[in-house]
Amino acid sequence: MGRALIDLAEVTKVYASGDIEVCALDRVSLTIQEGEWVAIMGASGSGKSTMMNLLGCLDRPTSGHYALAGRLVSDMSRRELARVRNEFIGFVFQQFNLLPRTSALDNAALPLIYAGMGARERRRRAAEALERVGLSGRLDHHPNQLSGGQQQRVAIARAIVNQPKVILADEPTGALDTRTSVEVMSLFHELWREGITLVLVTHESDIAAFASRVVSMRDGQIVSDQLQTPRTALGRPDARQTP
Amino acid sequence: MNSWQTILVALRAILSNKLRALLTTLGIVIGVAAVVAMMAVGAGAKAQVQEAFAAMGTNILVLLPGSVATGGVQLGFGSKPTLTWDDLRAIGSEVDSVKATAPMLRTTTTLVADEQNWTTTVTGTTPDYFAIRDWPMTLGEPFTQPDVESGAKFAVVGQTVADRLFGANAKPLGTAIRIRGIPFRIVGVAAKKGQSSTGQDYDDAVFIPVTTFAQKMQGGLAKFLQGTILVQATSTEATSRAESGIRALLRDRHQLAPDRDDDFSIRNLSDIAGAQEQGTETMTLLLASVAAISLIVGGIGIMNIMLVGVTERTREIGLRMALGANSGNILAQFLVEALSLSVAGGLIGVGAGIAVARWIAQSFQWLTLIQPHVIGVAVGFSAAVGIVFGIYPARKASELDPIEALRFE
Repeated sequence: MGRALIDLAEVTKVYASGDIEVCALDRVSLTIQEGEWVAIMGASGSGKSTMMNLLGCLDRPTSGHYALAGRLVSDMSRRELARVRNEFIGFVFQQFNLLPRTSALDNAALPLIYAGMGARERRRRAAEALERVGLSGRLDHHPNQLSGGQQQRVAIARAIVNQPKVILADEPTGALDTRTSVEVMSLFHELWREGITLVLVTHESDIAAFASRVVSMRDGQIVSDQLQTPRTALGRPDARQTP
Repeated sequence: MNSWQTILVALRAILSNKLRALLTTLGIVIGVAAVVAMMAVGAGAKAQVQEAFAAMGTNILVLLPGSVATGGVQLGFGSKPTLTWDDLRAIGSEVDSVKATAPMLRTTTTLVADEQNWTTTVTGTTPDYFAIRDWPMTLGEPFTQPDVESGAKFAVVGQTVADRLFGANAKPLGTAIRIRGIPFRIVGVAAKKGQSSTGQDYDDAVFIPVTTFAQKMQGGLAKFLQGTILVQATSTEATSRAESGIRALLRDRHQLAPDRDDDFSIRNLSDIAGAQEQGTETMTLLLASVAAISLIVGGIGIMNIMLVGVTERTREIGLRMALGANSGNILAQFLVEALSLSVAGGLIGVGAGIAVARWIAQSFQWLTLIQPHVIGVAVGFSAAVGIVFGIYPARKASELDPIEALRFE
């Protein structure tokens, strides 16, 4: 499968809380190829959130190297990291994190503002992304006029709007009921089939089952790393058709 | 991200909470309105003073007899007659930069017409007086130099006097009035001149030939001139030259030793105007600084609400950072937001200030003047307030850690 998109080499992250040093990641090495769908699993405190923050270039490792799409991002400045996030990464959060009192279109277009794109092009691409997640009829709706599943789909549109190398989803179904969760996971499945690399952090094994590879963590270390046949939303081949 | 997008993002944030934005800017609105209104009142007062002195003439000197100080005791000017009629003639003929002179002998007395009487100031002078004051007649003519020489019993009355004695719209030309029991014939009615800066009515006056005045009011023409002398310089620029010329001439004529003080005093009306203007300016400055303090208080209000906003929108800041905003973008967003609030407040304040100035002008009959540069300074100052008080919250926002910010509840 393709070339290494994500390459973590001996990455350690130590947090100092007062006098005590907490080792959140302990010499972790992980390689993710383009086109993979990796689920990172683990209990709270296992280091999976720290892993997510490092992968998302929101944080820098204490030691070790991290290369994203051939760029060594572990040595980059905050400003450079902001640029890398904007260009290469799409985020999906548990709490959606949509801007209130802002239309779905403007929410989806948000990353493009920081890419310095003109208004017309932003609107065109955001509309396209929303269409891809099945919300072409909801462009002017505000988050409070949308269901939880629809809000998360707006967030996914926002994540894909800048055509990132990888989408990082942090417990994307954590705030959704089972049925909606399956819909959202089916959407991810679609995107993955279209070639997007996905990294999913979750503690639910039935959500992790949608991925093609499961990495389990405990106490800051990777304890297992397995390839699997991804689950699909049975009986719902195209979740976008459901209201 | 360009500046236009930054402004749009900031404006959207402001408009999402209109009431709060309005209340936040209220401090700036009041501050700017106060500055604009105060400066308008101040400028109006200044203009009125200038106008009043311009009405007097800026090339006018007033010469008063008496000594400035005698042995450390300050005596009022005019306390000792030192100017002679010869001095008057000498000033007119020997000082180059003097265009005209006129004596002013004054007393306050009661005038009696047929049915009315009125107490006013009677001035004994020469026809040059009206030329120096640039004071035309609405009716008749001023008395002439031959009238002065012959001691004619002619009078020129001011509009107020004419109105009081004969009623408004009367044409009292040729009518007789009695001044201290002596009948005078009215030969002219002076045009309305209005009030001086101190509220004195210029039109409440009667003028008679100076010789008549000396003989009938002061008991004969003596060597000394029992009054003051009005001097007109050839131009405004020549005024100070005329002043020094007169001083040298009089010191010479009065044979004053170099170590002695002048036994007369020369008042330059433009100096007095300057002093009055300065007084008005000081007052304006004082009021404006009080207003400026309210601007600063307004700025603190903006800082407060911006800090609240940064806390409230921590997650939004974290999100924007995750999506690719760098510290500079966030700093700019919040700074522009603070700036927009303060500038909007400033603009509303300018409107309110102009309205208040107009209201003051109407209800108190004060002259108020809106100066464009005051508006510029007020808006500029409110923008500065926005930047100064916005920078701290904006820096705070830009220095947030995106992970912490995203996790913020």
